Amino acid sequence: MFTLRTENLAKRFGPRKVFSGINFEITTGQSLAVVGHNGSGKSTLLKVLLAQLRPTKGKVEFARDNGPMDDAAIRDQVSFVAPYLTLYDHLTAEENLKFFATVAGDSITGKQVDSLLARVGLEGRGLDDVVGYSSGMKQRLKYAVAMLKKPAFLILDEPTSNLDQEGKEIVFNLIDEYRKESIIIIATNETEEYQLAEQICRLGQ
Amino acid sequence: MPNRSAGLANKTLAVYVKDLRLELRTRYALNAILMFGVTTLAVVSFAVGQTGLSPKLLAALYWVIMFFSAMSGLSQGFVREEETGTALALKLTADPTAVYLGKLFFNFSLLSTMTIIITPLFFVFTDAPNDNLAPFVLILILGVIGLCGATTLIAAIIAKAAVKGALFAVLSFPLLLTLLIGLISASQKVFDGQTIMEIGTDLQFLVAYAVIMITGSILLFKFVWQE
Repeated sequence: MFTLRTENLAKRFGPRKVFSGINFEITTGQSLAVVGHNGSGKSTLLKVLLAQLRPTKGKVEFARDNGPMDDAAIRDQVSFVAPYLTLYDHLTAEENLKFFATVAGDSITGKQVDSLLARVGLEGRGLDDVVGYSSGMKQRLKYAVAMLKKPAFLILDEPTSNLDQEGKEIVFNLIDEYRKESIIIIATNETEEYQLAEQICRLGQ
Repeated sequence: MPNRSAGLANKTLAVYVKDLRLELRTRYALNAILMFGVTTLAVVSFAVGQTGLSPKLLAALYWVIMFFSAMSGLSQGFVREEETGTALALKLTADPTAVYLGKLFFNFSLLSTMTIIITPLFFVFTDAPNDNLAPFVLILILGVIGLCGATTLIAAIIAKAAVKGALFAVLSFPLLLTLLIGLISASQKVFDGQTIMEIGTDLQFLVAYAVIMITGSILLFKFVWQE
Protein backbone atom coordinates (compact mmCIF):
# COMPACT_ATOMS: atom_id res chain seq x y z
CA MET A 1 0.00 0.00 0.00
CA PHE A 2 1.42 3.37 -1.07
CA THR A 3 0.55 6.76 0.37
CA LEU A 4 1.21 10.33 -0.75
CA ARG A 5 0.64 12.97 1.88
CA THR A 6 1.32 16.67 2.11
CA GLU A 7 1.45 18.69 5.29
CA ASN A 8 0.66 22.38 5.24
CA LEU A 9 2.40 22.78 1.87
CA ALA A 10 3.08 26.33 0.70
CA LYS A 11 5.01 27.85 -2.18
CA ARG A 12 6.07 31.44 -2.85
CA PHE A 13 8.04 32.93 -5.70
CA GLY A 14 9.59 35.99 -4.02
CA PRO A 15 6.76 38.10 -2.64
CA ARG A 16 4.07 36.28 -4.69
CA LYS A 17 2.22 33.53 -2.90
CA VAL A 18 1.37 30.67 -5.26
CA PHE A 19 -0.48 28.42 -2.80
CA SER A 20 -0.52 27.66 0.90
CA GLY A 21 -2.05 25.27 3.39
CA ILE A 22 -2.22 22.29 1.03
CA ASN A 23 -3.02 19.17 3.04
CA PHE A 24 -4.06 15.87 1.56
CA GLU A 25 -3.42 12.17 1.96
CA ILE A 26 -4.19 9.67 -0.75
CA THR A 27 -3.50 5.97 -0.86
CA THR A 28 -3.32 3.31 -3.54
CA GLY A 29 -6.59 3.08 -5.45
CA GLN A 30 -7.47 6.74 -4.88
CA SER A 31 -7.17 9.66 -7.26
CA LEU A 32 -6.92 13.42 -6.84
CA ALA A 33 -7.64 16.21 -9.31
CA VAL A 34 -5.76 19.49 -8.83
CA VAL A 35 -7.88 22.23 -10.36
CA GLY A 36 -7.69 26.00 -10.56
CA HIS A 37 -7.54 28.86 -13.02
CA ASN A 38 -4.46 29.56 -15.15
CA GLY A 39 -1.57 30.63 -12.93
CA SER A 40 -3.13 29.20 -9.79
CA GLY A 41 -0.12 26.93 -9.25
CA LYS A 42 -1.26 23.51 -10.47
CA SER A 43 1.97 22.71 -12.31
CA THR A 44 3.99 24.27 -9.48
CA LEU A 45 2.27 21.97 -6.99
CA LEU A 46 3.10 18.93 -9.14
CA LYS A 47 6.73 20.04 -9.40
CA VAL A 48 6.85 20.42 -5.60
CA LEU A 49 5.39 16.92 -5.21
CA LEU A 50 8.05 15.60 -7.61
CA ALA A 51 10.82 17.38 -5.64
CA GLN A 52 11.68 19.54 -8.65
CA LEU A 53 10.85 22.66 -6.66
CA ARG A 54 11.48 23.18 -2.97
CA PRO A 55 8.35 24.13 -0.98
CA THR A 56 8.51 27.38 0.99
CA LYS A 57 6.78 25.62 3.88
CA GLY A 58 5.43 22.20 4.71
CA LYS A 59 6.45 18.78 3.46
CA VAL A 60 5.66 16.04 1.00
CA GLU A 61 5.94 12.39 1.94
CA PHE A 62 5.85 9.36 -0.30
CA ALA A 63 5.32 6.25 1.83
CA ARG A 64 5.13 2.51 1.31
CA ASP A 65 3.37 0.49 4.02
CA ASN A 66 3.62 3.64 6.17
CA GLY A 67 7.43 3.81 5.90
CA PRO A 68 8.89 6.81 4.04
CA MET A 69 10.40 6.07 0.61
CA ASP A 70 13.86 7.25 -0.38
CA ASP A 71 14.66 9.07 -3.65
CA ALA A 72 15.52 5.89 -5.57
CA ALA A 73 12.31 4.15 -4.49
CA ILE A 74 10.26 7.21 -5.49
CA ARG A 75 11.97 7.33 -8.92
CA ASP A 76 11.10 3.65 -9.37
CA GLN A 77 7.43 4.19 -8.59
CA VAL A 78 6.55 7.51 -10.24
CA SER A 79 5.45 8.08 -13.81
CA PHE A 80 4.88 11.65 -14.91
CA VAL A 81 3.43 13.10 -18.11
CA ALA A 82 3.18 16.83 -18.84
CA PRO A 83 3.25 19.08 -21.91
CA TYR A 84 6.56 20.60 -20.69
CA LEU A 85 8.21 17.20 -20.21
CA THR A 86 10.51 16.78 -23.21
CA LEU A 87 11.93 13.60 -24.70
CA TYR A 88 15.02 13.44 -26.91
CA ASP A 89 14.11 14.92 -30.30
CA HIS A 90 17.18 13.58 -32.08
CA LEU A 91 16.59 10.00 -30.96
CA THR A 92 13.97 7.72 -32.47
CA ALA A 93 10.90 6.71 -30.45
CA GLU A 94 12.42 3.25 -30.00
CA GLU A 95 15.74 4.70 -28.79
CA ASN A 96 13.89 6.97 -26.34
CA LEU A 97 11.92 4.03 -24.90
CA LYS A 98 15.00 1.82 -24.61
CA PHE A 99 17.00 4.64 -23.02
CA PHE A 100 14.38 5.47 -20.38
CA ALA A 101 13.84 1.78 -19.63
CA THR A 102 17.57 1.17 -19.14
CA VAL A 103 18.25 4.22 -16.94
CA ALA A 104 15.27 3.23 -14.81
CA GLY A 105 16.97 -0.13 -14.22
CA ASP A 106 14.98 -2.24 -16.68
CA SER A 107 15.63 -3.77 -20.05
CA ILE A 108 13.13 -3.88 -22.87
CA THR A 109 12.95 -6.03 -26.00
CA GLY A 110 12.08 -4.83 -29.49
CA LYS A 111 8.78 -6.68 -29.25
CA GLN A 112 7.87 -4.88 -26.03
CA VAL A 113 8.74 -1.55 -27.67
CA ASP A 114 6.44 -2.34 -30.62
CA SER A 115 3.67 -3.35 -28.25
CA LEU A 116 3.98 -0.12 -26.23
CA LEU A 117 4.01 2.03 -29.36
CA ALA A 118 0.93 0.19 -30.66
CA ARG A 119 -0.88 0.90 -27.39
CA VAL A 120 -0.40 4.63 -27.87
CA GLY A 121 -1.23 4.54 -31.58
CA LEU A 122 2.34 4.99 -32.85
CA GLU A 123 2.78 1.60 -34.51
CA GLY A 124 5.20 1.70 -37.42
CA ARG A 125 6.74 5.01 -36.27
CA GLY A 126 9.29 3.60 -33.82
CA LEU A 127 12.27 4.20 -36.08
CA ASP A 128 11.41 7.83 -36.84
CA ASP A 129 13.29 10.63 -35.08
CA VAL A 130 11.04 12.30 -32.53
CA VAL A 131 11.94 15.71 -34.01
CA GLY A 132 9.61 14.87 -36.90
CA TYR A 133 6.66 14.05 -34.63
CA SER A 134 3.67 16.34 -34.18
CA SER A 135 2.98 17.65 -30.65
CA GLY A 136 0.20 15.07 -30.27
CA MET A 137 2.50 12.22 -31.27
CA LYS A 138 5.12 13.46 -28.81
CA GLN A 139 2.48 13.47 -26.08
CA ARG A 140 1.54 9.89 -26.99
CA LEU A 141 5.19 8.86 -26.80
CA LYS A 142 5.39 10.34 -23.29
CA TYR A 143 2.56 8.00 -22.30
CA ALA A 144 4.49 5.08 -23.78
CA VAL A 145 7.46 6.10 -21.58
CA ALA A 146 5.13 6.40 -18.56
CA MET A 147 3.86 2.87 -19.26
CA LEU A 148 7.38 1.41 -19.19
CA LYS A 149 6.62 0.62 -15.57
CA LYS A 150 3.49 -0.10 -13.57
CA PRO A 151 3.79 3.03 -11.42
CA ALA A 152 2.47 3.29 -7.90
CA PHE A 153 2.10 7.06 -8.51
CA LEU A 154 0.81 8.28 -11.86
CA ILE A 155 1.07 12.07 -12.01
CA LEU A 156 -0.43 13.84 -15.02
CA ASP A 157 -0.34 17.55 -15.83
CA GLU A 158 -2.94 18.52 -18.44
CA PRO A 159 -3.13 14.88 -19.50
CA THR A 160 -4.96 15.33 -22.81
CA SER A 161 -3.09 18.43 -23.94
CA ASN A 162 -2.29 18.28 -27.69
CA LEU A 163 -4.22 15.02 -28.11
CA ASP A 164 -7.02 14.26 -30.58
CA GLN A 165 -10.11 12.25 -29.58
CA GLU A 166 -8.34 8.93 -30.16
CA GLY A 167 -5.39 10.10 -28.05
CA LYS A 168 -7.77 11.16 -25.27
CA GLU A 169 -9.34 7.68 -25.27
CA ILE A 170 -5.86 6.19 -24.82
CA VAL A 171 -5.31 8.40 -21.75
CA PHE A 172 -8.72 7.63 -20.24
CA ASN A 173 -8.15 3.89 -20.76
CA LEU A 174 -4.71 4.20 -19.13
CA ILE A 175 -6.22 5.97 -16.11
CA ASP A 176 -8.90 3.27 -15.86
CA GLU A 177 -6.29 0.54 -16.10
CA TYR A 178 -4.10 2.00 -13.34
CA ARG A 179 -6.92 3.21 -11.12
CA LYS A 180 -6.97 0.22 -8.75
CA GLU A 181 -3.23 -0.26 -8.32
CA SER A 182 -1.95 3.33 -8.40
CA ILE A 183 -2.35 6.74 -6.86
CA ILE A 184 -3.41 9.05 -9.68
CA ILE A 185 -2.98 12.82 -9.55
CA ILE A 186 -4.31 14.92 -12.41
CA ALA A 187 -3.76 18.68 -12.76
CA THR A 188 -6.33 20.05 -15.15
CA ASN A 189 -9.03 22.55 -15.99
CA GLU A 190 -10.98 20.18 -18.23
CA THR A 191 -14.23 18.95 -16.70
CA GLU A 192 -14.01 15.53 -18.36
CA GLU A 193 -10.56 15.06 -16.85
CA TYR A 194 -11.15 16.13 -13.27
CA GLN A 195 -14.31 14.07 -13.14
CA LEU A 196 -12.05 11.04 -13.44
CA ALA A 197 -10.76 11.70 -9.90
CA GLU A 198 -12.59 11.06 -6.63
CA GLN A 199 -11.04 13.94 -4.67
CA ILE A 200 -10.47 17.52 -5.73
CA CYS A 201 -7.83 19.99 -4.54
CA ARG A 202 -8.79 23.53 -5.60
CA LEU A 203 -6.07 26.13 -5.96
CA GLY A 204 -6.32 29.90 -6.31
CA GLN A 205 -9.40 30.40 -4.18
CA MET B 1 6.37 -5.13 -18.79
CA PRO B 2 10.16 -4.57 -19.18
CA ASN B 3 12.53 -6.93 -17.37
CA ARG B 4 14.46 -5.69 -14.32
CA SER B 5 18.12 -6.15 -14.92
CA ALA B 6 20.19 -3.00 -15.44
CA GLY B 7 22.77 -2.14 -12.79
CA LEU B 8 24.80 1.05 -12.43
CA ALA B 9 27.15 0.02 -15.27
CA ASN B 10 24.26 -0.47 -17.71
CA LYS B 11 22.60 2.78 -16.66
CA THR B 12 25.88 4.67 -17.06
CA LEU B 13 26.41 3.08 -20.46
CA ALA B 14 22.88 4.08 -21.51
CA VAL B 15 23.53 7.75 -20.62
CA TYR B 16 26.91 7.64 -22.41
CA VAL B 17 25.54 6.00 -25.58
CA LYS B 18 22.59 8.41 -25.63
CA ASP B 19 24.91 11.44 -25.40
CA LEU B 20 27.24 9.99 -28.02
CA ARG B 21 24.32 9.37 -30.40
CA LEU B 22 22.97 12.88 -29.89
CA GLU B 23 26.44 14.34 -30.44
CA LEU B 24 27.04 12.35 -33.63
CA ARG B 25 23.67 13.50 -34.96
CA THR B 26 23.95 17.18 -33.99
CA ARG B 27 27.71 17.76 -33.47
CA TYR B 28 27.18 20.77 -31.18
CA ALA B 29 30.01 20.11 -28.76
CA LEU B 30 32.50 18.43 -31.10
CA ASN B 31 32.32 21.26 -33.64
CA ALA B 32 32.71 23.91 -30.94
CA ILE B 33 35.63 22.22 -29.26
CA LEU B 34 37.48 21.40 -32.52
CA MET B 35 36.94 24.82 -34.08
CA PHE B 36 38.25 26.50 -30.95
CA GLY B 37 41.21 24.14 -30.62
CA VAL B 38 42.31 24.38 -34.25
CA THR B 39 41.81 28.17 -34.39
CA THR B 40 43.79 28.74 -31.19
CA LEU B 41 46.53 26.42 -32.39
CA ALA B 42 46.71 28.27 -35.72
CA VAL B 43 46.97 31.63 -33.94
CA VAL B 44 49.70 30.32 -31.65
CA SER B 45 51.67 28.76 -34.50
CA PHE B 46 51.48 31.96 -36.58
CA ALA B 47 52.54 34.02 -33.57
CA VAL B 48 55.48 31.91 -32.41
CA GLY B 49 56.09 29.44 -35.25
CA GLN B 50 59.38 27.54 -35.21
CA THR B 51 61.13 30.19 -33.10
CA GLY B 52 62.83 27.96 -30.57
CA LEU B 53 60.59 28.50 -27.57
CA SER B 54 61.70 27.18 -24.21
CA PRO B 55 60.14 23.88 -23.02
CA LYS B 56 58.29 25.79 -20.28
CA LEU B 57 56.64 28.16 -22.78
CA LEU B 58 55.77 25.31 -25.13
CA ALA B 59 54.15 23.34 -22.31
CA ALA B 60 52.22 26.41 -21.14
CA LEU B 61 50.99 27.16 -24.68
CA TYR B 62 49.85 23.57 -25.19
CA TRP B 63 47.80 23.45 -21.97
CA VAL B 64 46.34 26.92 -22.53
CA ILE B 65 45.02 25.66 -25.89
CA MET B 66 43.64 22.54 -24.18
CA PHE B 67 42.05 24.54 -21.34
CA PHE B 68 40.17 26.98 -23.56
CA SER B 69 39.11 24.26 -26.00
CA ALA B 70 37.72 22.25 -23.09
CA MET B 71 35.91 25.36 -21.83
CA SER B 72 34.19 25.78 -25.20
CA GLY B 73 32.62 22.32 -25.33
CA LEU B 74 32.63 20.33 -22.10
CA SER B 75 29.60 22.06 -20.63
CA GLN B 76 27.41 21.07 -23.60
CA GLY B 77 26.27 17.73 -22.14
CA PHE B 78 24.35 19.37 -19.30
CA VAL B 79 23.56 22.65 -21.06
CA ARG B 80 21.82 20.76 -23.86
CA GLU B 81 19.69 18.81 -21.33
CA GLU B 82 18.53 22.09 -19.76
CA GLU B 83 18.05 24.03 -22.99
CA THR B 84 16.04 21.31 -24.72
CA GLY B 85 14.03 20.60 -21.56
CA THR B 86 15.04 16.93 -21.32
CA ALA B 87 16.67 17.39 -17.89
CA LEU B 88 13.31 16.94 -16.13
CA ALA B 89 12.65 13.51 -17.71
CA LEU B 90 16.22 12.47 -16.89
CA LYS B 91 15.97 13.66 -13.27
CA LEU B 92 12.70 11.80 -12.75
CA THR B 93 14.04 8.54 -14.17
CA ALA B 94 17.79 8.16 -13.79
CA ASP B 95 20.12 7.48 -10.90
CA PRO B 96 22.20 10.69 -10.45
CA THR B 97 25.45 8.69 -10.21
CA ALA B 98 24.75 7.06 -13.59
CA VAL B 99 24.02 10.49 -15.09
CA TYR B 100 27.30 11.92 -13.74
CA LEU B 101 29.40 8.95 -14.86
CA GLY B 102 27.74 8.81 -18.29
CA LYS B 103 28.42 12.52 -18.84
CA LEU B 104 31.97 12.15 -17.49
CA PHE B 105 32.74 9.36 -19.99
CA PHE B 106 31.12 11.38 -22.76
CA ASN B 107 33.29 14.42 -21.92
CA PHE B 108 36.33 12.14 -21.77
CA SER B 109 35.55 10.84 -25.29
CA LEU B 110 35.02 14.37 -26.56
CA LEU B 111 38.24 15.77 -25.12
CA SER B 112 40.21 12.68 -26.15
CA THR B 113 39.06 13.11 -29.76
CA MET B 114 40.13 16.75 -29.62
CA THR B 115 43.48 15.81 -28.09
CA ILE B 116 44.13 13.18 -30.77
CA ILE B 117 43.58 15.81 -33.46
CA ILE B 118 45.26 18.81 -31.81
CA THR B 119 48.39 17.17 -30.37
CA PRO B 120 50.01 16.01 -33.65
CA LEU B 121 49.23 19.43 -35.15
CA PHE B 122 50.89 21.10 -32.16
CA PHE B 123 54.10 19.15 -32.78
CA VAL B 124 53.94 19.98 -36.51
CA PHE B 125 53.32 23.72 -36.08
CA THR B 126 55.75 24.32 -33.20
CA ASP B 127 59.24 23.03 -32.59
CA ALA B 128 58.22 21.04 -29.53
CA PRO B 129 60.56 18.03 -29.16
CA ASN B 130 58.79 14.81 -30.12
CA ASP B 131 61.41 12.24 -29.21
CA ASN B 132 60.04 11.49 -25.71
CA LEU B 133 56.40 10.74 -26.46
CA ALA B 134 55.55 7.91 -24.04
CA PRO B 135 55.59 10.05 -20.86
CA PHE B 136 53.85 12.88 -22.71
CA VAL B 137 51.00 10.53 -23.72
CA LEU B 138 50.67 9.48 -20.07
CA ILE B 139 50.46 13.13 -19.01
CA LEU B 140 47.85 13.74 -21.71
CA ILE B 141 45.66 10.87 -20.48
CA LEU B 142 45.87 12.03 -16.86
CA GLY B 143 45.32 15.64 -17.94
CA VAL B 144 42.20 14.80 -19.93
CA ILE B 145 40.81 12.74 -17.01
CA GLY B 146 41.55 15.59 -14.57
CA LEU B 147 40.02 18.25 -16.83
CA CYS B 148 36.86 16.16 -17.35
CA GLY B 149 36.61 15.18 -13.67
CA ALA B 150 36.60 18.81 -12.54
CA THR B 151 34.53 20.36 -15.34
CA THR B 152 31.70 17.81 -15.54
CA LEU B 153 30.38 18.79 -12.10
CA ILE B 154 30.78 22.50 -12.87
CA ALA B 155 28.88 22.00 -16.15
CA ALA B 156 25.95 20.64 -14.13
CA ILE B 157 26.12 23.69 -11.82
CA ILE B 158 26.13 26.30 -14.60
CA ALA B 159 23.60 24.56 -16.90
CA LYS B 160 20.69 26.55 -15.47
CA ALA B 161 22.48 29.93 -15.44
CA ALA B 162 21.84 32.68 -17.97
CA VAL B 163 25.49 33.37 -18.83
CA LYS B 164 26.68 29.80 -19.05
CA GLY B 165 29.90 30.21 -21.07
CA ALA B 166 31.44 32.92 -18.93
CA LEU B 167 30.37 31.29 -15.68
CA PHE B 168 31.78 27.93 -16.75
CA ALA B 169 35.26 29.37 -17.33
CA VAL B 170 35.14 31.51 -14.17
CA LEU B 171 34.05 28.64 -11.90
CA SER B 172 36.39 26.12 -13.53
CA PHE B 173 39.52 28.26 -13.40
CA PRO B 174 40.21 28.09 -9.62
CA LEU B 175 39.63 24.33 -9.62
CA LEU B 176 41.74 23.75 -12.71
CA LEU B 177 44.57 26.11 -11.79
CA THR B 178 46.43 23.52 -9.69
CA LEU B 179 45.88 20.88 -12.38
CA LEU B 180 47.20 23.20 -15.10
CA ILE B 181 50.28 24.07 -13.06
CA GLY B 182 50.94 20.34 -12.55
CA LEU B 183 50.38 19.55 -16.22
CA ILE B 184 52.63 22.38 -17.41
CA SER B 185 55.36 21.38 -14.99
CA ALA B 186 55.22 17.69 -16.04
CA SER B 187 55.07 18.53 -19.77
CA GLN B 188 58.03 20.92 -19.45
CA LYS B 189 60.12 18.15 -17.90
CA VAL B 190 59.13 15.77 -20.70
CA PHE B 191 60.08 18.37 -23.32
CA ASP B 192 63.38 18.66 -21.45
CA GLY B 193 63.93 14.94 -22.03
CA GLN B 194 63.11 13.52 -18.58
CA THR B 195 61.80 9.93 -18.33
CA ILE B 196 58.63 8.57 -16.72
CA MET B 197 60.60 7.65 -13.58
CA GLU B 198 62.00 11.17 -13.31
CA ILE B 199 58.54 12.78 -13.46
CA GLY B 200 57.06 10.28 -10.99
CA THR B 201 56.07 12.96 -8.43
CA ASP B 202 54.21 14.98 -11.09
CA LEU B 203 52.36 11.86 -12.24
CA GLN B 204 51.41 11.03 -8.64
CA PHE B 205 49.97 14.54 -8.28
CA LEU B 206 47.96 14.19 -11.53
CA VAL B 207 46.56 10.81 -10.45
CA ALA B 208 45.67 12.17 -7.00
CA TYR B 209 43.97 15.22 -8.54
CA ALA B 210 41.84 13.06 -10.86
CA VAL B 211 40.86 10.67 -8.05
CA ILE B 212 39.92 13.51 -5.67
CA MET B 213 37.93 15.41 -8.31
CA ILE B 214 35.98 12.40 -9.54
CA THR B 215 35.27 11.05 -6.04
CA GLY B 216 34.23 14.50 -4.79
CA SER B 217 32.03 15.03 -7.85
CA ILE B 218 30.27 11.67 -7.43
CA LEU B 219 29.51 12.56 -3.81
CA LEU B 220 28.31 16.09 -4.59
CA PHE B 221 26.56 15.55 -7.92
CA LYS B 222 23.27 14.32 -6.46
CA PHE B 223 22.78 17.62 -4.61
CA VAL B 224 23.71 19.75 -7.65
CA TRP B 225 21.49 17.72 -9.99
CA GLN B 226 18.39 17.72 -7.79
CA GLU B 227 18.46 21.44 -6.95
